[in-house]
Amino acid sequence: MTRLWFLNRWVLFAVVAGGIAAFMDQDYYYTLLNFIGIHTLLVVGLNLLLGYAGQISLGHAAFFGLGAYTSGILTATVGVDPWLALVAGLAVSGTAAFLIGLPALKLRGYYLAMATLGFGIIVYIILNEASDLTGGPSGLSGIPSLSLAGFAFNTPRRLYLLIWILLGLILYISANLVNSRTGRAIRALHDGEAAAESLGVDTFRLKLKIFVWSALYASLAGSLFAHTLNFIAPSSFGFMFSIKLVTMVVLGGMASIWGSLLGAGALTVLPELLTVFHDFEMVIFGAILMAVMIFLPRGLVRGILDLYENRRYKRQGGSFPV
Amino acid sequence: MELHGVSLAFGGLQAVEQVSFGVAPGTVKAVIGPNGAGKTTLFNLVTGFLAPQAGRILFGGVAIQGRPAHRIARQGIARTFQLVQLFDHMTVLENVMVGRHRLSSSGLIAGALQLPWTRTEEKVIRQKALEALEFVGLADRAGQPAAVLPLGLKRMLEIARALASAPTLLLLDEPASGLDAVETERLQDLILELRRQGITILLVEHDMGLTMEVADEIAVLNYGKLIADGPPRAIQKNPEVIAAYLGTDWQG
Amino acid sequence: MENFAPLLQYLISGLTNGAIYALIALGFGIIYNATTIINFAQGEMVMLGALCAISIYHVAPSLPLAFAGAVVLVTCVGLVFERLALRPVKDPTPIALIIITVGGAVLIKGVAMLIWGKEAYALPPFSGNDPIHLGPATILPQNLWVLGITAISVLALEAFFRLTLVGKAMRACAYNTRAARLVGIAAGRMVQLSFGLSAALGAGAGILIAPLTLGVYDMGTMLGLKGFSAAIIGGLGSLAGGVLGGLVLGVAEALATGFISSGYRDAVAFLLLLLVLFLRPQGLVGGRK
Ligand SMILES: Nc1ncnc2c1ncn2[C@@H]1O[C@H](COP(=O)(O)OP(=O)(O)OP(=O)(O)O)[C@@H](O)[C@H]1O
Ligand SMILES: [Mg+2]
Repeated sequence: MTRLWFLNRWVLFAVVAGGIAAFMDQDYYYTLLNFIGIHTLLVVGLNLLLGYAGQISLGHAAFFGLGAYTSGILTATVGVDPWLALVAGLAVSGTAAFLIGLPALKLRGYYLAMATLGFGIIVYIILNEASDLTGGPSGLSGIPSLSLAGFAFNTPRRLYLLIWILLGLILYISANLVNSRTGRAIRALHDGEAAAESLGVDTFRLKLKIFVWSALYASLAGSLFAHTLNFIAPSSFGFMFSIKLVTMVVLGGMASIWGSLLGAGALTVLPELLTVFHDFEMVIFGAILMAVMIFLPRGLVRGILDLYENRRYKRQGGSFPV
Repeated sequence: MELHGVSLAFGGLQAVEQVSFGVAPGTVKAVIGPNGAGKTTLFNLVTGFLAPQAGRILFGGVAIQGRPAHRIARQGIARTFQLVQLFDHMTVLENVMVGRHRLSSSGLIAGALQLPWTRTEEKVIRQKALEALEFVGLADRAGQPAAVLPLGLKRMLEIARALASAPTLLLLDEPASGLDAVETERLQDLILELRRQGITILLVEHDMGLTMEVADEIAVLNYGKLIADGPPRAIQKNPEVIAAYLGTDWQG
Repeated sequence: MENFAPLLQYLISGLTNGAIYALIALGFGIIYNATTIINFAQGEMVMLGALCAISIYHVAPSLPLAFAGAVVLVTCVGLVFERLALRPVKDPTPIALIIITVGGAVLIKGVAMLIWGKEAYALPPFSGNDPIHLGPATILPQNLWVLGITAISVLALEAFFRLTLVGKAMRACAYNTRAARLVGIAAGRMVQLSFGLSAALGAGAGILIAPLTLGVYDMGTMLGLKGFSAAIIGGLGSLAGGVLGGLVLGVAEALATGFISSGYRDAVAFLLLLLVLFLRPQGLVGGRK
């Protein structure tokens, strides 16, 4: 029963995504979908950290930026194979996350928040200042497209294929992860760190692992981003983007793989639809963050599901923490 | 398991002072004492949540004091908490599956990719977890979120989770508090059954009826000091113990 | 002697900025002590202080009035923020509080952008712009104002916490909320007070620095982060630590500006923060946890 339903979701995902690929014919929509895909990648990664493990990163844009710029610089300036550059990006981001997480995760929650925030700002400054390497504020252009066996992913439609197949894989991997031994330990440390320790879970190490893992998702997204636009500039990787990612997680719901798709989708499409969004962007993001966390601390979608479950169990005489 | 002169002070407060006693393998030892005597602190010292400022704790002949909690857990020491600590957002079954953590090994990447041997291991984890649930009588609740259980069942779940890690030493911190008479009875049977299976048990309990029934030996703490240690009958007659408990109705 | 003049100059500007960071750090520390919350919106109080003072001065050109008016206004914002954003939280986990206060910061910044736009505004210095010569270096009267008012604020705070009943109650509350309640200290009032007080400090910092750097809607984020870094560097929750952290940070930044490159100035603060987190997480002054 569970297994069938589980399978169905993936079938649904493939059918919808494939259907779109077959029937849509405007580049604009593909471009939008591609951004949704890239954002979802970032948000799933952040959700593993924030929603599942209960640790926060306020500088996730930095890992996104490290991936993008490693790919960009290595391919555009050095001429390395894009796939190799992508792997190099993963290595750079993973190492950076490891070095930040090592001191910060030993301490209480807001230390990681501040350390990642600070790291995000340092990376942003370096992207702007080290213009010899990064092209500075005006950006880095001439980044080649990815290609596979002669098939170049150089149109929105072709990129759509690449991004959404990868996204499907990543979603699949992530869903596997949270239901695996390590995934359970990660959720356990969120709910009760002492209890997890008492069962042999090395909570510090696990936090560090999931932090690095989550940075890898961001880095992958960054590399894809660079090869999608063929041009990158520091402004895509600032503090506000980190905040947007957190908002997407919060909106989609903590500890929800599919909610991530929803959160990323909603907050990518809305600003496109509503032009007023632009001036009110900060007000809206700030208000969403506050309102959701005050009233439904597990996120919007997850919170509504919890409320529903709570009612069900109350009827059976139990109570459920929302 | 043996304690040798174990001491710990919180600031000026000597919570555990020069405590020494042993627990013979396969027996049930109870630690009793008035509120604030240092019983939970002692548990935290044994399980690595606190490090003693002096003394040694031997487990299987090896000194384990001061090691991190998860390392101690991996040696086969499991515990429950005075205030039940479940993973509220996980199901009853998942809670117990976490108990198997130390006995399984698939890592993050293996789990994400669902490698074949990971699936096999997962089956074993699930099987053993179900057995532990069966053992405490919670199998029919496997799919529910842990948070919705009533307190009595939460305590049982916590024990099942500890048992899933196949401990050789199990520490129970006031497992009967909040249980009604029927549930306490069940708990008593459960503890005796575990002893039959050869698990060593260290028990903190205020319910003297239960303690007297299950304990092979009792250690008494008062203001952090060990004031008596011996078989239940001797403890009951010990004047110092009676004095420490004067004014409480522990015999009733 | 030739290298000494610029060094002294950097030191002066470093100490001035450092004093501002110290004021902000103290704001973080006061709230942290009363609630163990890190209020990520603290920096926005600084921005609001600067912009409110500028607006008031625009209507009624009197600096004392602008100063007092802005401090009062921002204190109210701090109180309202506590009342609306933090008190209703049912399950105050660190994650929830971080996200809520970060959300608050972004919201306040967004509102400020709608009110004041993206331009930067000037506030005249408190007493003229004639540089005072100090050996080979010069110092602006505003620098002296910053240092002086910061020193006075720190002393006043110290006296408040040590000598007054309310101050002592606040410290008791920080030490142990439940025990404090048992002896009849209203923890809720103390939390409110801490938010009001730290908003006032933040506003003061903003008004002091406005004549030196201009006031603009997005100045708060950076100042807030640096204030927090200062608090961590010194030792979170310690008065002396906040001051020391602020000054160390300010001077380090100034030296980096002078000897490395001004572009990397902001990176220095965070490198220092990461370094302290690595090597001495309890801060320079803090004891062991
Ligand atoms: N983390 C701590 N910091 C400071 N003091 C503590 C801490 N933990 C316990 N104490 C103090 O140490 C003493 C022993 O506490 P402990 O919890 O071990 O007692 P206990 O015997 O388990 O009591 P109870 O029967 O109420 O559970 C108490 O006075 C308690 O207040
Ligand atoms: Mg206890």
